[in-house]
Formats: sequence, structure tokens, C-alpha cells
Amino acid sequence: MTQARWFGPLLFTALVTALLFLILPVVAIFVDTGPGELLATLDDPAAVDALTLSLWTSALAVAIIVVVGTPAAYLLATRSFRGRSVVITLIELPLVLPPAVAGIGLLAALGPNGLIGDSLDDAGVRVVLTTASVVLALTFVAAPFYLRQAEAAFSALDRTWLEASRTLGAGEATTFAQVAIPAALPGLIAGLALAWGRALGEFGATLMFAGSFRGVTQTVPLAIYERFATDFTAALGLSAVLVAVSAAILLTVKLATHASPARVLAPR
Amino acid sequence: MTRPSRRCLVLLGATLVAACGADEEPASSGGSASKPVVVSAATSLKKALAAYGEQFEGGTVRLSFAGSDELAAQIRQGIKPDVFAAANTELPDALFAEGLVDKPVSFTTNELVLAVPEQGGTVDSVDDLGAEGTTLAIGAEGVPVGDYTRTVLDRLPAAQSKAILANVRSNEPDVGGVVGKLTQGAVDAGFVYRSDVEGAGGRLRPIELPDRLKPTVEYGVALVKRAPNPAGGRAFVTGLLDGAGARALSDNGFGSPPGR
Repeated sequence: MTQARWFGPLLFTALVTALLFLILPVVAIFVDTGPGELLATLDDPAAVDALTLSLWTSALAVAIIVVVGTPAAYLLATRSFRGRSVVITLIELPLVLPPAVAGIGLLAALGPNGLIGDSLDDAGVRVVLTTASVVLALTFVAAPFYLRQAEAAFSALDRTWLEASRTLGAGEATTFAQVAIPAALPGLIAGLALAWGRALGEFGATLMFAGSFRGVTQTVPLAIYERFATDFTAALGLSAVLVAVSAAILLTVKLATHASPARVLAPR
Repeated sequence: MTRPSRRCLVLLGATLVAACGADEEPASSGGSASKPVVVSAATSLKKALAAYGEQFEGGTVRLSFAGSDELAAQIRQGIKPDVFAAANTELPDALFAEGLVDKPVSFTTNELVLAVPEQGGTVDSVDDLGAEGTTLAIGAEGVPVGDYTRTVLDRLPAAQSKAILANVRSNEPDVGGVVGKLTQGAVDAGFVYRSDVEGAGGRLRPIELPDRLKPTVEYGVALVKRAPNPAGGRAFVTGLLDGAGARALSDNGFGSPPGR
């Protein structure tokens, strides 16, 4: 019982330390940004261009990830096959890659002299420095966040639900669409939020693979970096807007998860 | 726990940005256990200063490279390297006027050139840059290489300069970004320094600009006030003006400082 006396405070101290460290930079952004600066940010057409571009490219990237990633994760979660753990490791690899490595890799694959980019270039298709290359970079870095979470959500489902559905005569596609997805929804949405947040914050891979051009490839993080040198206040203002947008996405997603009927179905 | 002051918070934020914005390259020599000389330098100086850092006898040198404007912004946010070496004289002069650095000196010159990939390509002179379908990467506004580029464009007829700007596909935060886009074949041409072309190992070909377009590219260096290692910083600058540093600069395609 002597252990309990110090272990509780230890856990508490660790949590407070983590919390302080993690919120300090975010608090600092808002301490130095008054409402006036926030509004001024939204008055700057270049900042608005960056915000618009960031929002729609990240939304498109997340849509691609969900459409392809959901069935892929379902397969990984419900089938056992040789090499499954290798496949999962490969899918998760981009999680631990530095963005600069992601950028170099994308250039080596899809750049004009790249593995596939070479033939694409001959065919007259050049993706580097276009908005499409932004979407590709965001998709690459954000996809593992969704895939991982979706695979875990499908794995956690009570198999008897899926079997009952099939016993009742539903085909596998129907079971996937009408039983598995609704039941795994909270996990899927959590994965979506993580992936979207990562996509919104992407910097290094975008700069290397897509460059920086207002309205075409300059996303909010790139616009912030550009402003850091010329106008620190504007950089802070734009950072505050990005924090607010990201927090809003996270919050909306959490609320949506709570309102979802899936909780009723979810296994304990 | 006391509430952290506003200033500390801003400093922390600036440190985080600095940590991800600049890549550091340790270059050691001398083996002295004393404080290292911390040098913030323009990206274009990378090869020359890395070579100088290895020969420097006044202690270990820690080099941090980024666009000169990013480095100046870090100094304004309270980061104190011992030495600030920029790809122009305006940024060190501005920091001097703000009381953040000692009086700057010019230590070398460079030349802005049009660079194209060694093989293939459709660009042979500035006159080709405005053609439809030609693509360019240039430095962003505020970065020295970007400002020199805009000086060149301003000296061209307005219509031509407009056509060239319309072909720009990326405004890079430092000259390294322009070189990278060029060597990857992502663009057909870009404005960089002659020393960058020499440092690119034969992958780039320089196209000299006509004299009437050439901007004066002069590099300024200054000691940062209240920096941790002023003696080391002074020794580093001395060698840069006349010694191992000056030799490393000329070996890497830089010119002598004006007036020598």
C-alpha cells in the first residue's frame, strides 16, 4: 500500500507536464494575436487563397483516403493471409517517415525524372508543382493515420454481428456496408479526423514536391513559413486561424461520433 | 508556478520554428572543448562555409543554413547566433539599424545567373523565358535571391517581365529550393547564384546575364550583439575576410569583396 502514496501523484504530475508542454505553443500563438490581427489575416487575399487551397486539397485527400482506405482496412481486419503483418507494416511506414523523406520519395517516384514520372512526362503529364501534386503529398502523409485507425476499428468489431448478418442471408457487401461500417463508425471518424489534421499541417513534402505558389500550391503552412521572415505578426495571425480550423474539425468530428447511432451497436 | 511571460512564449515559438526551418551541419575542428562558434548563414554559402568550418582553428563551428530573411527573422525573435552571414547587405544593415548586430562588413560577391538543366531544355537566354509552356522556379520575395531576380525582371520591358512572371511555378523560400526544383527537372529554368551552379556537380548549366541586367550581389556578415561566443565569432569573421574562409569562398566560385 505504500506504493499507492507516490504513484498517484506521479501519474498526475506526468499528465500535467505533458499538458503544459503541449498547450504552451498553442497558447503563445493566441496570447500574441488579438482579434484585430485575426481579422486582418482574413483581410489578406494571399492568406485567404492559402486557406481556401488548404481546405479543399485536404478535404479531397481525405475523401480519396476514405474511399480507398475503408475497404482496404476491412480486408486487413477480417482476413488472415500470409504476409498480412508485412502489408500492415508497409502501410504504416509513412507514419514514421520525415516529411522531407516523403518529399524526396514522391519526387523520385513521380518527378519528371522519377520512376513513374519519367513515362508520365513523356506522355505529357507533369504533376510536380501543380495542385494535383499537393493532393498527392497530403494523401501520402495522411493515409496511414486513417488506415491504421480503420483497421483497428474493424478488428475490434464483435465477429458474431458479422456472422449473424451473413446467417440472415445478407451478402458480404451488404454486411460491410450495413453492419460493419455503422458499427465501426466512431473509429473510422476518429481516423478521418487524424488524417485531416495531418493533411492540413503538411509542410515539408509539399514544399519539396509541389513548391510554393499562391493559389496553386501555397497551402497555409507554406504561407506561414513565408510570412515568418517578412511579417511575424501576420504569421502568428495565420497560425491562429489554422489552429482554430483544425480544432473545429477535431471538435465537430468528436461531436458527430457521440451523436452516431453506432454506439448502440459497438461492442463493449 | 508563475505565469510565463509573453516574451518567453514568443521565444519558445521562434525556437520551434528555427528548429524545423534550418538544417544544421556540425563541422568540427581544433578539438577544443570550449563553446562552439554558432553561425547562421545564407543557403548559398553552404559548401563554402562547410569547407571553412572544417579548417577553422578557433574552435568547433556549428553552421545553420536557411534563407537570409528567415535567419534575420530568427535574430529579431531573440535567437542569438554568434555570426550572421547574409546573401545581401540590406538584411545585416537593417539588423544593425535595429541595434541587434555590430556594424556589418561585405565579405564576398556572387553573380546571379540563369540556370538550366545540363541536358535538353529549351532555354538559351532570358529572351526564351516568356515563351508559352516554359516553366520557372525563383526565390520568393524578401529572400535575397528572389529580390535579385526581381531586380533583373524590373530591368526588362514590362511586357516581357510580366510574361516571365506568368511562367513562374514556384516561389521558393531559399536558393536551395530553386536548385532542387531545377536538378529534379521540375522546371525548365531558374535564377540562382553562379556558385550554386558550380556546386551542383555538373547537373546545371549557367547562362550569363547581359551586363545591363546583372544585379550587384554582395554578401554582408555581422557579429550578433550579446551572443554567447563573441571572441569565436570575431575569429570566424576575420578568417572569412582574409584567410581560410576567404580561400574556401574563392574555391567555391565566390568573388572577392568589393574594393579588393
